[in-house]
Amino acid sequence: GPGARRIREGDCAVLKRDEVFKAVSVLRRRKIIFEKQWFYLDNAIGHIYGTTFEVTSGGNLQPKQEVEETTTETKEAGTDNRNIVDDGKSQKLTHDDIKALKDKGIKGQEIVQQLIENSTTFRDKTEFAQDKYIKKKKKKYEAVITIVKPSTRILSTMYYAREPGKINHLRYDTLAQMLTLGNVHAGNKMIVMETCAGLVLGAVMERMGGYGSIIQMYPGGGPVRAATSCFGFPKAFFDNLHEFPLSKVQSLLSGTFTTETLPADPEENALLEEESNGLSEEKQPSLQETEEEPAPEAPMEINPAEEQDTMDINAEDVEFKENKEKENNVREKQLKQWERRKKLKEAAALLRERNADGLIVASKFHPTPLLLSLLEFVAPSRPFVVYCQYKEPLLECYSKLRERGGVINLKLSETWLRNYQVLPDRSHPKLTMSGGGGYLLSGITVVLEKGKADSSNSEALKMEEPSSKRCKLQELPC
Amino acid sequence: MSFVEYGDTIKDGDTAIVFLGHESMFPVKVQHGTVTQTKYGVIRHSTDLIGKKYGSKVTCSKGGWVFILHPTPELWTMNLPHRTQILYSTDISIITMMLELKPGSIVCESGTGSGSLSHALIRTVAPTGHLYTVEFHQQRAEKAREEFREHGVEHLVTVTNQDVCKNGFGVSNVADAVFLDIPSPWEAIGHAKSALKAEGGRICSFSPCIEQVQRTCLAMEEYGFTEINTLEILLRVYNVRTISLQIPDLGKAPEDNSSTGFDSSNPSQQGSPCANLQQGTVQFKSGVPLREVVGHTGYLTFATKS
Repeated sequence: GPGARRIREGDCAVLKRDEVFKAVSVLRRRKIIFEKQWFYLDNAIGHIYGTTFEVTSGGNLQPKQEVEETTTETKEAGTDNRNIVDDGKSQKLTHDDIKALKDKGIKGQEIVQQLIENSTTFRDKTEFAQDKYIKKKKKKYEAVITIVKPSTRILSTMYYAREPGKINHLRYDTLAQMLTLGNVHAGNKMIVMETCAGLVLGAVMERMGGYGSIIQMYPGGGPVRAATSCFGFPKAFFDNLHEFPLSKVQSLLSGTFTTETLPADPEENALLEEESNGLSEEKQPSLQETEEEPAPEAPMEINPAEEQDTMDINAEDVEFKENKEKENNVREKQLKQWERRKKLKEAAALLRERNADGLIVASKFHPTPLLLSLLEFVAPSRPFVVYCQYKEPLLECYSKLRERGGVINLKLSETWLRNYQVLPDRSHPKLTMSGGGGYLLSGITVVLEKGKADSSNSEALKMEEPSSKRCKLQELPC
Repeated sequence: MSFVEYGDTIKDGDTAIVFLGHESMFPVKVQHGTVTQTKYGVIRHSTDLIGKKYGSKVTCSKGGWVFILHPTPELWTMNLPHRTQILYSTDISIITMMLELKPGSIVCESGTGSGSLSHALIRTVAPTGHLYTVEFHQQRAEKAREEFREHGVEHLVTVTNQDVCKNGFGVSNVADAVFLDIPSPWEAIGHAKSALKAEGGRICSFSPCIEQVQRTCLAMEEYGFTEINTLEILLRVYNVRTISLQIPDLGKAPEDNSSTGFDSSNPSQQGSPCANLQQGTVQFKSGVPLREVVGHTGYLTFATKS
């Protein structure tokens, strides 16, 4: 319904200012800090997603009125900059003057107008330079915030800009390729193995729209879904989302799998990860080659209330109450454990059918062992896609998959993304572009013949190998 | 089988992909009693295809063999009969994500062309969404309808034969997204705006030339679209090769080999270069770019109606 497009309390929303995003929960009386500004979201509730707000004094949001561009009454402009000298004195307003204007609560729009009026060189600037000057000042002084509905587009752009280390530098156009190459759509039974904060999982869930099933393979104590939670999916989307620990894959494949020994409680682990859910204000240093992430092993958290012997407060009923609570805690834990076992059994049963419709891998781990094992669960004639931040592990993975067989149409690829400024007489590619958004290895499964490496196979292998006549290359094992 | 639902076995009437080898494949309509010729000999549909599992190896009459694959929009894009220039999967993927398409989305498209993008759109919005596609060329519109029927997706798409610049998409206030791949998209921006839902949506226009992009951006601005953003996406494919480079002879005695700086001690170690000093070569794996690649398909301009 149309209500779904309105901002409601409790929603997951994304704040946008120019090209900067931040995911937030819409809560009343909660102070938000975004782009060096603080405000409350209370007034945004009830407005349609996509509304642009101005921050007014006291941190209130007010829907921005569409104002006629104050066409600078003097349409005067210079033709070139031969007579413009940088003497540092062109702006007659001082820092203190500007601060005083701001402190008085003067609207950003008016401050910009004052800056223009007090710039001695503005009239001599070319029309384009004037335009650029105004845009720059507007960006600085006009505090407008747009509240948008989360989507893979928004969240993958946000994560790549703000916290690329958390998603293994998976650029959004690369993620887009993965969803298409993997033929992700409603009704699929997908296997997803990711360590991208749950962003890839969320992207897959969005494309499946609650139809079909997903089995998320996770390392350590439990799956990380901090980014997944930013999508604000309806509860029903989680009904057919399963999880299975990577550490049990081998036993599942060999038939010795039991649910008796489980990894540590995933909830405790999830809580740990939640604290750094990729939405914090500070940006992390851009180039950290060895990013240390919170240890995936969940430490057994000791609850002091449970650990201490019943305090020697004399009142008996207190003791009784505490015992009762303890009992409830134990029962609750058992119930949780039992539910986890049940869910794990379901996931194991789904995997055992070995008929998944696709495999998506995007992790910090070496892809080769993941692929060689997880492909066992995929039906023939289904696509798979592996992401890696680096090319070299995928070269090896390619060779190992060729040795294994059961895959065709293997392709190692990368996409380049270029953004453009398009303005009358001023169109060109943007000054900076991303240096790298990772690499993909994709292919299609086929029926794997048991007695492989028979002579007739070599023909197909040759067919798949592009001719190597031009350059002197050999396909020799190292 | 259908293009929006996987099936396990090949059935009469299916569209299947015959995979012959590296980048070599073609689509085939499976029919009882029909045969298909390949360079490895004949495939008899009744005995070789129907009832077999998708992904099976099928031996042809001359003893060679092929794989039979389940159709997907991506395989279709690589194999469809061209009636026009088509969009390829690299552009399609970013279009789909940036238009925020998902099951249930209502999309308008023009022109239909050869249906490359249409199949991908239908796949993404199924089972509850819909595609309204407009094609002014009558024969192409008819052919597209026929293909959608054959591929089991006709219930998810409406093909209209009219000029989108003059007559629009034939629907108003229903779409979550609009896609334009026509020579003068700026003439269709107004129609795009009225096709989109009142509460807003996304638009994308694909144009090969920057002059087209400029006019389109101006029109978008004029009609009040926001977040106007133009980008270009390029695919780079790498061939995986093991390369041998010769070690130059600098006149050193064999005992001095340890000082060449190459590690030949652990040849089993994967991925690292290894030297065969006897043969005077070093080997390593490399991802080698193709000699010639697509350098430009088109500019993609996205915007929001809000």
